[in-house]
Amino acid sequence: MTASTRRRGTGQRVPVALLVPAALGLLFLVLPLGGLLLRTPWTSLGPRLTAPGVLTALRLSVQCATLATLLCLTLGVPLAWLLARVEFPGRRLVRALVTVPLVLPPVVGGVALLLVFGRRGPIGGWLDATFGVTLPFTTTGVVLAEAFVAMPFLIIAVEGALRGVDHRYEEAAATLGANRWTTFTRVTLPLVAPGVAAGAVLCWARALGEFGATITFAGNYPGRTQTMPLAVYLALETDLEAAVVLSLVLLTVSVVILAGLRDRWIGGP
Amino acid sequence: MTPPLLDGHLVVDRAGFRLDVRLRVAAGEVVALLGPNGAGKTTALRALAGLHPLTAGWLRLGGVELDRPDARRFVPPERRPVGVVFQDYLLFPHLSARDNVAFGPRRQGLSRRAARQRAADWLDRLGLAEQAGRRPGQLSGGQAQRVALARALAVHPTLLLLDEPLAALDAGTRLDVRAQLHHHLTDHAGAAVLVTHDPLDALALADRLVVVEDGRVVQEGDAATVTTRPRTDYVARLVGLNLHRGRADGRRVRLADGFAVPTADRLDGDAFVVFPPTAVTLHPDRPGGDAPHTWPATVAGVHRHGDHLRVRLTGLLDTAADVTPAVAAGLRLLPGQQVWASVAAGDVGAYPVGP
Repeated sequence: MTASTRRRGTGQRVPVALLVPAALGLLFLVLPLGGLLLRTPWTSLGPRLTAPGVLTALRLSVQCATLATLLCLTLGVPLAWLLARVEFPGRRLVRALVTVPLVLPPVVGGVALLLVFGRRGPIGGWLDATFGVTLPFTTTGVVLAEAFVAMPFLIIAVEGALRGVDHRYEEAAATLGANRWTTFTRVTLPLVAPGVAAGAVLCWARALGEFGATITFAGNYPGRTQTMPLAVYLALETDLEAAVVLSLVLLTVSVVILAGLRDRWIGGP
Repeated sequence: MTPPLLDGHLVVDRAGFRLDVRLRVAAGEVVALLGPNGAGKTTALRALAGLHPLTAGWLRLGGVELDRPDARRFVPPERRPVGVVFQDYLLFPHLSARDNVAFGPRRQGLSRRAARQRAADWLDRLGLAEQAGRRPGQLSGGQAQRVALARALAVHPTLLLLDEPLAALDAGTRLDVRAQLHHHLTDHAGAAVLVTHDPLDALALADRLVVVEDGRVVQEGDAATVTTRPRTDYVARLVGLNLHRGRADGRRVRLADGFAVPTADRLDGDAFVVFPPTAVTLHPDRPGGDAPHTWPATVAGVHRHGDHLRVRLTGLLDTAADVTPAVAAGLRLLPGQQVWASVAAGDVGAYPVGP
């Protein structure tokens, strides 16, 4: 009896050298969130949540993150396809460039956006002169800043999914008379749909939390460019409780959406 | 003489490998490309489908030039009148059986309704009406194979290509599907090229066999010729014959020093000699009568082969002999043992090496 118990036990025994850092890592990730919950002013939560600025910032955040995700899908999926399926000179360089926003401090990204899309930038100036369109310090600017920072998440996820799909399905489609575009829309895209969805969720979550590039490129105007993270930052300077409440809202929205989508698309065990 | 429907000289260079195959297929004919793994059969099939461009040579189908590198002519796969049944079928996992089959007709410009109708008709013909709504993951191996066939046939291809169509099936299903496939291949009015490493599939399904080894055609002909007159060790092994090469002078073929076999027909020059392993008899000592077609041999190995034991012999001739377990017990066959082998003259076939 003891022998069998021991044998079963060894199968599940985790080395302490792994268990301790794993537990510490989990604590490190969860404790701050717990602190947030501890400091939440539960009694005055209702009135604070319905304060006019909160809902406006939340709505703006969700709208901008969603628009930024759509922009990333429109541009990022074709780019991911190109990287995964077409051999061209400089492909490694392009792949490296695509991931630059991942490692770039978002504030730097905001400055770079400002230099190019600002009123005196080469593209921003032309847009202003030709169409009278101004991007910085507008809601469109928020969407652009979020898309700039979040697009690599989508591209990496979709490219990975594309590499995982047997490209012979595309050959089969070709032998059935499908050109490359039809093959892409009818075969490739449906096959990578889970990967695209996972990438879109990551992209959306990243866009929702975007702060540095947004405040640099789009400013902090309530109702126009002030998203939740910006509102949290601003509230922190005057009213800690308000910042906590706003953070709680942001946390709840993120967790609910990620949890809701995870089982359906990301496919964890 | 009418030109063949498919006429090609397929030359494809890949790293360290060259495929060079001359291929002609008449309308209604089924040709099997038979060869060991890595011989270039699948490369040939991909070149026919347009999934791999030719390096040199040409490919004409129904009088239309599909690929001709020296004239910079290449018709991409989606514009070739070709249907392909892939080895693991490659049914689109996100589409039902019906939509898989309708995919081709839809690309040919049929309306969604007409395409689905055509798909339903084909599935019906293949006895899959009940499975039309199922996804590939819900089909058995045999059903998936038939859906793949329906999908390839639904585009009414001039050329039907099948890559190891039965390889993914278990032995039981294989017999049924092979019979069905034979039936549909017979019905197919265009040309059909089948790639397989299984001689049974080739013999059962094809009108003509083209044996490819190391990128080249080593033998071609109908089933009877290939099975009785193999020209390479590979083909001989496939059809279960001992193949030897020697020199004929009239009524005998000398196979090795001091050993010759008689032939039924007059033959001169380089010749192949074949005889089945069952025609070889083993003796513990030199048989009496001083038979001319007896030779000393060394046992190299013994293994079970059906209800016989197959004995591999080396020495003067590398050959295989089939003996019954009773005989084997009497001979106490062990590797390294010296025996005498003889072959019945009536079982020996001989034919010239030259074409």
